[in-house]
Amino acid sequence: MQTGWSNETLREIFPAIWDGFIVVLQVTLVAGIIAIVVGLLVAIGERNGPAWLRRPLSLVFQFIRNTPLLVQVLIVWTATSLYINPDWSAFAVGSTVLGLHYASYTSESYRAGIDAIPKGQWEAATALNLPSHRVWGAIVLPQMARRSAAAVGNWIIAMFKEVPTLFIIGVMEMIAEARAFQGQHYTGAVEGYTLAGLLFLAASYPVAVAMRRLENRLAKSNF
Amino acid sequence: MDKSFGDLKVLDELSFRVDPGERVTLIGPSGSGKTTILRLLMTLETVTPKADPEADGGVVWVEGRPYSHMEKKGRLVPANEKWLRQRRSRVGMVFQQFNLFPNMKVLRNVTEAQVHVAGRSKEEAEAKALSLLDLVGLADKTGEYPSRLSGGQQQRVAIARALAMDPDILLLDEVTSALDPELVADVLAVLRDVAATTSITMLCVTHEMGFARDVSDRVMMFDSGRIVEQGPPEAMFSEPQEARTQDFLRAVLAE
Amino acid sequence: MDFQAVIESLPRYGEPLLVTVGVTVASAALALVLAFGLGLMTGSRHLAVRTPARVFVEFFRGSSVVVQLFWFAFAMPVVLGIQFDYLIVAGIIALGFNYGAYSSEVVRGAIAAVPKGQLEAATALNLTPLQKLRLVVLPQAWPEMIPSLCAFAIMLLKASALVSVIGVLDITWLAGLLGKQPGQDRLLHYAVVLVIYFVLAWLIWTGMRALERRAKRGLGIEAKVQKGRLAPAVAAGGVD
Ligand SMILES: Nc1ncnc2c1ncn2[C@@H]1O[C@H](COP(=O)(O)OP(=O)(O)O)[C@@H](O)[C@H]1O
Ligand SMILES: [Mg+2]
Repeated sequence: MQTGWSNETLREIFPAIWDGFIVVLQVTLVAGIIAIVVGLLVAIGERNGPAWLRRPLSLVFQFIRNTPLLVQVLIVWTATSLYINPDWSAFAVGSTVLGLHYASYTSESYRAGIDAIPKGQWEAATALNLPSHRVWGAIVLPQMARRSAAAVGNWIIAMFKEVPTLFIIGVMEMIAEARAFQGQHYTGAVEGYTLAGLLFLAASYPVAVAMRRLENRLAKSNF
Repeated sequence: MDKSFGDLKVLDELSFRVDPGERVTLIGPSGSGKTTILRLLMTLETVTPKADPEADGGVVWVEGRPYSHMEKKGRLVPANEKWLRQRRSRVGMVFQQFNLFPNMKVLRNVTEAQVHVAGRSKEEAEAKALSLLDLVGLADKTGEYPSRLSGGQQQRVAIARALAMDPDILLLDEVTSALDPELVADVLAVLRDVAATTSITMLCVTHEMGFARDVSDRVMMFDSGRIVEQGPPEAMFSEPQEARTQDFLRAVLAE
Repeated sequence: MDFQAVIESLPRYGEPLLVTVGVTVASAALALVLAFGLGLMTGSRHLAVRTPARVFVEFFRGSSVVVQLFWFAFAMPVVLGIQFDYLIVAGIIALGFNYGAYSSEVVRGAIAAVPKGQLEAATALNLTPLQKLRLVVLPQAWPEMIPSLCAFAIMLLKASALVSVIGVLDITWLAGLLGKQPGQDRLLHYAVVLVIYFVLAWLIWTGMRALERRAKRGLGIEAKVQKGRLAPAVAAGGVD
C-alpha cells in the first residue's frame, strides 16, 4: 500500500499518463468534429427539417442531453460489441458517443444563435425571394456562427474534460493508464491522478481564457 | 471641495453653505455637476483629495461637525463606513430613477429601513408608513409591487420612503424628469406639501422653474462645476445677471 | 430480448435509486453552499478575499470532474493518511466542489447584475453592508440564478453516475451488475437506468420551473412561459 507522494513513482508514471493525455487530445479532435457538425445539423433539422422529423429529433436529443454520458457509453459499447461488430474499437465508439452527447449541447447553442438573428433578416431574405440554401448559406449561418462560436467552443472545452469517462470501455486515456500502472506496480494513485488533473488544468485554462477573449471581442463587434 | 472622475474635473473649488430649514434649488445645464453634488452629500461619492494635504477644504460639514471626514488624532481623514453610517442617518435622498426595491411591496419599501436601521417596531414602522403613504396619496397601493405602479406613483412611494427615516436634510435629484408629463404635477404637489408642512432642509435639482420659484429660498445656477450666480428665486428668474444664466433660463422656459 | 427477467428485477433498483438521489442531493447541497460563498467572495472588492476564491474556482473548473473523483477517492486518502469508510463521501466532495465552483459564477453574475441604483438607494437609507446583501441584493439576484442553477443540477445528476466507477452502489452500478448475470439482458438494464435518469432530470427541471415562477412572483413579475424543453440554461461561458 502506497504512503504519500514519491518523485520516483512520478518519473515512472509520467510516460504512461502522457500517452493517455495524447489519447485525450485525439478523442477530443474526433468527438469535437462530430459535436460541431452534428450539432449544427440538429439545430437546422429541428428548425427547418421535414415536419415528421422535427419532433422526434428534438426528443432524441433532449433525452441524450439529460442522461449520463457514462451510461450512454456503456449501452452503445454493449450494443456494438455484442450485437453489431465486436471489432469496432473503443476509441471509435467512445469518441462517437461523446461527440453525439455534446452535439446535444452545441445544437442548443446554435439554436440560440439562430433565434438571436433579427426577424427582419428572414423577412428581407423572403422579400428578395432568395432560395433556401442561399438564405442559410449567405445570411443565417454566417450571422449565427459569430453568435454561437464562443458558446460552442466552451462546450468543446467541457467535452475535453469529460473524455476520461471513456476509460470505462477501455479507451487508454489518463485514468485508464493510471489504473493500469497501479495494477502493475501497486502504487501511483497519488502521482497519476494528480498529474492527470494538472495536465487538464494546464491545457484547458489557457483555452478557456482565450475563449473568454473571443467572446468579448465578438460581443463588441457589431457584426 | 473638488471632485474628479479620472482626468475629468467635475467640481472645482466648490464651496457653499445651506442653513437649517433652507430650501435650495440647483439649476444648470446637463453635466454641470448637480447630481455629483447631491451624491457627495449622500456619501455615494467621495471628495477628491487635494494635492496639498495641509490645504483646508474638501470636507463636507453638517450641523457643525465633519460629515465626509472624521477626526483622528486631531486631523480630518476620510470617514470610514462606521462613521458614515452614523452621520448619514440625518440625510435622505430621492433619485431620478426612483430605485424602489422591486422585491418588496410598497408598504415594505417604506418600513424596511425603519425596522432594520432606525430600530423601530414593525407596528410603529407600519403606522408611520401608512400615514406617509396617505400623505402622498397612495394609501390604497400598500400591497402592490412597485412594478405594478406608474412612474409617478413609484416616485411618490420613494418620497415616502425617504421621509419615513425623519431626515433633517432631503436631497432631490430631478425627481420628475423620468416621468411622463401628466404625472409630474402629482409628485410636485406632494413635494410642495412636504415643504409647507415640515422644516426639512431641502436641496433640489430640478428643471421645473415654477416649482423652484414657489418652494425655494435660494436658487443656485451651476456651470462646469462652479456656482455662476445665486440668489432668491424672484431675482434669479426675473433679472438674472449672468449671460449664462440668462441663456439657460431662456432655453428651459422655451420648452 | 428477455423483458420478463428485467421486470422481475426492477424492485432491486429501489435501494440504489436512493443512493443516486442521495449523492445528487448531498453534493448539490454542498455545491450550493460553496456557490454562494465563492460567488460572494469572487465578487468582492477586496483582493485578499477575491484571490483565494478565484484560485479555488479556476482550479476546480479548469480540471476534469472524472479525474477529481478518482483523486478524492484514491489519492487524497493516501496523501492525508486517512481511509474513507464510505467512498460515497469522496464522490460527494468531488461533485460538490466541482459544481460548486461552476455555480459560483452564476451567483457572482446574478449579484453583479443587480442595478447599481438599488445599492445606492440602500445606502441612502443607511442599511449596513450585510443588510444590503440580505434584504436587497440576494432577493433580487436569486430568481435570476434559478435557470442556470437548474442546468447545473441536471448536469450534477448526470455526473453522479460516475460514482459507480469508484464503487458506490448506485443505479448505474446495479445495471452493470445485473446485466452480467445469466438470463439478464444488459442492454435493457442500461436502458432502464437511462429512463430513470431522464425522469429524475425532468423532476429537477419541473421543480426548478415552479421555484422560478414563485421567485419571480416575489418580484411582481410573471415568469414568461418557456417552451417545454429541457434545455441548458447555462449562459455562454458558463461551462468553460
Ligand atoms: N461615475 C462617473 N464616472 C465618470 N464621469 C462621471 C461620473 N458621474 C458623473 N460623471 C461626469 O461628471 C459630470 C457631471 O455629471 P452630473 O453631476 O451628473 O451632472 P448633472 O447632474 O448636472 O447633469 C458629467 O460630465 C458626467 O459625465
Ligand atoms: Mg443629473
